[in-house]
Amino acid sequence: MKMTGAQILLKCLEREDVKHIFGYPGGVVLDIYDELTRTPQLKHILVRHEQAAVHAADGYARASRKVGVALVTSGPGATNTVTGIASAYLDSIPIVVITGQVPTALIGNDAFQEVDIVGITRPCTKHNYLVKDINQLATTIHEAFHIARSGRPGPVLIDLPKDVVQASIVPKFPEEIKIKSYNPTYHANPRQVKRALDMIRGAKKPLLYTGGGIILSDAAEELTRFADTLQIPVTSTLMGLGGFPGNNPLWLGMLGMHGTYCANMAVSQADVLIAVGARFDDRVTGKLSEFAPHAKIIHVDIDPSSISKNVKVDVPIVGDCLDTLKQLNDLLHELPAKDWAAARRPWLETVAAWEKEHPLTYTWSDTVIKPQYVVEKLWELTKGDAFITTEVGQNQMWAAQFYRFNKPRRLMTSGGLGVMGYGFPAAMGVQVAQPDAIVIDIAGDGSIQMNIQELITVVENNLPVKVAILNNTFLGMVRQWQQLFYERRYSSTPMGAPDFVKLAEAYGAVGLRATKPEEVEPVIREALNTPKPVIMDFRVEPEECVMPMVPAGKAMHEMLLA
Amino acid sequence: MEPRHTISVWVDNIPGVLSRVTGLFSGRGFNIESLCVAETMDPEVSRITIVSTGDEQITEQIIKQLHKLINVIKVVDLSGVEHVEREMALVTVKADGASRAEILRLVDIFRCRVVDVSPTTYSLEITGNYAKMRAVLDNLKVHGILDIVRTGTLAIQRTKKD
Ligand SMILES: Cc1ncc(C[n+]2csc(CCOP(=O)(O)OP(=O)(O)O)c2C)c(N)n1
Ligand SMILES: [Mg+2]
Repeated sequence: MKMTGAQILLKCLEREDVKHIFGYPGGVVLDIYDELTRTPQLKHILVRHEQAAVHAADGYARASRKVGVALVTSGPGATNTVTGIASAYLDSIPIVVITGQVPTALIGNDAFQEVDIVGITRPCTKHNYLVKDINQLATTIHEAFHIARSGRPGPVLIDLPKDVVQASIVPKFPEEIKIKSYNPTYHANPRQVKRALDMIRGAKKPLLYTGGGIILSDAAEELTRFADTLQIPVTSTLMGLGGFPGNNPLWLGMLGMHGTYCANMAVSQADVLIAVGARFDDRVTGKLSEFAPHAKIIHVDIDPSSISKNVKVDVPIVGDCLDTLKQLNDLLHELPAKDWAAARRPWLETVAAWEKEHPLTYTWSDTVIKPQYVVEKLWELTKGDAFITTEVGQNQMWAAQFYRFNKPRRLMTSGGLGVMGYGFPAAMGVQVAQPDAIVIDIAGDGSIQMNIQELITVVENNLPVKVAILNNTFLGMVRQWQQLFYERRYSSTPMGAPDFVKLAEAYGAVGLRATKPEEVEPVIREALNTPKPVIMDFRVEPEECVMPMVPAGKAMHEMLLA
Repeated sequence: MEPRHTISVWVDNIPGVLSRVTGLFSGRGFNIESLCVAETMDPEVSRITIVSTGDEQITEQIIKQLHKLINVIKVVDLSGVEHVEREMALVTVKADGASRAEILRLVDIFRCRVVDVSPTTYSLEITGNYAKMRAVLDNLKVHGILDIVRTGTLAIQRTKKD
């Protein structure tokens, strides 16, 4: 039977088990949108800005373990997706972005709403396609999903010219996708794994440093088993939070620029550093030459180009984090049991002393709401079990520090690109994937204004997302740098905002406000008991700083504590 | 000077692939000294020869990044193996009076070919490896090079003879 390009596209999405699409229509995708009216099994969520569609697909992917899908028109629709794509690229999130394109005959003519989106997104997609022949359509779409979700996941873009969408053929749907030049290595080399284990067993001060790879490969349980068995303390990057339970005694907190004293000291003193699914980002390492100066480094990553990119690695292991940790656990299981708790006591005592010396903390105030207190209360009142998205800035760091994540895929944050405006649309995507869950965007007053238009999307779709604005009336993180490194010259960081309560109401959501510490808990309780989208406007201390802080380019042990 | 690396890259012969490869260099601030591309015996596959400069770590990173491109089939760093390199240049050199004979002597010594002649110039075809190209061009420079075009380096692995 003949099918149009639009029908083939939607059929392929169905074959990929896609249930939700985030999108925004326009001229060249009219046929696809028309076809959507006859495809009730695919639910389309109409956003209010294409950037939000991509962040929503990103949040959806993280919360559902599926590939998130965004659909937009050509030209401005396509360019609006770029920030979302770049963010998903840096965080290795599997999404497929489908952009309409002008008819093939017009490509290259500067036609109305034509941009070379394949050219624009080449450096920020895992791969991208311009489909010029309808005979290639089905295979291309399935390839795109395969590439997005396999190996080191990432965004894939498919550009579909209008005439390809309108043409019709009798399609052949591929049963299996094989790309001869693309074969990610999942199974780690057992010899390397053995070498790593020997090194770890011989270590006196081992440390696990884990990242988003643990979350993406669903390796949290194996990680916990491994760390527990060998009694190795664990720290993680922002992207790795929740990959190891925040209530496990071996947990040291996040490392890096706003990491805990204890985690950063542990890195500085460790003799073997086991990096699993993390990539030695500059926000983690600080001054590279002084990062983990005493440690032999083992690095597990599915992407060979991550290994030895920034630091010299002693035992490189290319493979899936889950596969590697399983191998390690299996090897351990075969070895005679040993009292690792006893062997590890001196190191764990040292670490515990650091933790006691400078725990994560803040100065309480009876009169002004401290932003950290809001996050703590959110954690307490959701029993640590909510899905948390964040914006970018201080709000993001306080969420990371004070919401103690016990489970993977509970934190969605734009880690690599640091996109202000990510959190709210991402929360929307998370809520679509997890309709019964509590989803909270921990936001800043600046960031929330970057995608505030999505309020109407959540209202319209009955997505009861909660937004907790830590309203410090500043672009707080930038202000913090100005305070610390530019003698408090607050250039363009004091920032006005609308009345968020009225704004919420204008959109048909619920607005709540807390101006005093004693109002925080009742506001959160009320929000959690409201089965609708809620904006909570917490008027917090304007000049609070995120501490500790390793100034950019400084060594980890040079951190500022207060 | 940083070491030169000659890298052979087999890629899908489809539009946009060259720009993926070169974009990877420019986007990371890696330098390309020269670049040659053409179809192989399999029309679906092209072979790119890239010469770049950079230390070991940069080269290792370049090669890994190349591998990561979906359309890249195979990457070989020829610097690590026995190989033959050739480049071709077409050069128009000023040739009048006494220099005409001198240039022909150079042509003879370096086994170049004269491909065009005018009363005041010779155009030469020169092939050779990097070192030879430099030697020839250094010698021709003194006579005045009026125009030059070079192919960039081609390289092929030597067959193991055992
Ligand atoms: C799109 C974008 N523009 C600019 C920045 C730079 N930036 C990083 S944090 C920050 C301030 C964020 O302010 P706010 O959302 O109020 O959060 P706060 O730090 O006050 O918690 C800015 C401007 C960014 N990360 N993203
Ligand atoms: Mg702020």
